[in-house]
Amino acid sequence: MRLWEFYARNSQEVLGLVGQHLYLVAISTGAAIVIGVPLGILLTRRPAWRGPVLGVANVFQTVPSLALFGFLIPLPFIGGIGATTAIVALVLYALLPIVRNTYEGVAGVDPAVRDAGRGMGMTDWQLLTQVELPLGFGVILAGVRVATVVSVGTATIAAAIGAGGLGVYIFRGVAVVDDTLILAGALPAALMALAADGLLGVAARRFAWRSG
Amino acid sequence: MTKPLEVEGLGYDLPGRGKGERRKSRSLVRDVSFTVGAGETLVLLGRSGSGKTTTLKLINRLLEPTSGEVRVAGERAADLPVTRLRRRIGYVIQDVGLFPHFTVERNVGLVPRIEAWPPARIAARVRELLALVGLDPDSFAGRYPHELSGGQRQRVGVARALAADPPLLLLDEPFGALDPITRVELQREFAALEGRLGKGMVFVTHDVREGLLLGSRIGLMLQGRLAFLGTPDEFRRSDNPECRAFMAAA
Repeated sequence: MRLWEFYARNSQEVLGLVGQHLYLVAISTGAAIVIGVPLGILLTRRPAWRGPVLGVANVFQTVPSLALFGFLIPLPFIGGIGATTAIVALVLYALLPIVRNTYEGVAGVDPAVRDAGRGMGMTDWQLLTQVELPLGFGVILAGVRVATVVSVGTATIAAAIGAGGLGVYIFRGVAVVDDTLILAGALPAALMALAADGLLGVAARRFAWRSG
Repeated sequence: MTKPLEVEGLGYDLPGRGKGERRKSRSLVRDVSFTVGAGETLVLLGRSGSGKTTTLKLINRLLEPTSGEVRVAGERAADLPVTRLRRRIGYVIQDVGLFPHFTVERNVGLVPRIEAWPPARIAARVRELLALVGLDPDSFAGRYPHELSGGQRQRVGVARALAADPPLLLLDEPFGALDPITRVELQREFAALEGRLGKGMVFVTHDVREGLLLGSRIGLMLQGRLAFLGTPDEFRRSDNPECRAFMAAA
């Protein structure tokens, strides 16, 4: 019950950190969508770029998150201590699932459907907006879902470079060996990840079209 | 009156791999010429890989011809913007390719809609076409493709191809994926429809019986060339070895 006492006594601070955490995740995932979806679409039009672009996005995934935060600190403009650096790192992490799923979603449209659309005289833009994106939407959303859930977890590490968020409690708890404090950060972060996963999962199922 | 389709010396070479001297191109279609009049159905018959589907795609420029000329309703296909050309050619393929997220009504009304017809005219046209292909508009217009049988889907596919009243219809083995009973049913109905529509049609098939039933003329393709062109009766009597081979299979 000590956890509830902690929340009751520090409700202002807790809400502030939850807000910061949501802010980090929302801004970084939003930016990753704005960059990643057009990039994924571009790859379907320029198949030769697919390997290099996905390869680079893959490399970012393999860098341990704490190291990536550290690498970014000395860089001008995007670096330094604070939320901006954290957001840049989170965007880099979120890009791969979004770019890859956008590519898969658009490229995975039944070739007969695409042939029929082109054969009837749809322009490339019409085919993209009326057919490929609506049909690939469920797959794209699944990528956003993965990116969001990963971001919620990774954003806890952002506290290490002064970006705030629920990681503040976790790092503090680790430093003073206080399980309650670690839990105070970890529990809301886990609930946030579950909520994002559940909501986006429902939405993705809603848009899974049966092929005809 | 101009013919729906005139094809002259049509050829298509697949660009070869490799560089310089070793770069050899492979010819998929060579020197194919024919015309199709209004109300006429030309059946392109041939084995797999004989170039019949390629010929069809050269007509609506899903592939760009490397030689020869195609004229649709008197206009050179190469001179038209490719989307405009395709909107005046109905196209039906074996896998139908209905849009799974569109209702039957939106599928059939696709070309009229991208051509910006007024909605009331599109709705009326869709109902007229569904009735024409033997589907009750009231019960089918609002359905989605996954709620239809294979035969019903292909009826919708034919209705969609006819939507903007194109002078020319290209059909690529439209009944090839259907079960034998549905296939015969649709072939009979299609035979009855051909005369009423008064359109030029090019119908690709490897089924000689289907070709003889539906074609006003048969064009037999062999290794990218038109090996024979004539009426079904002439085809039956022909001494051409490839014609004989097909007749033996019938």
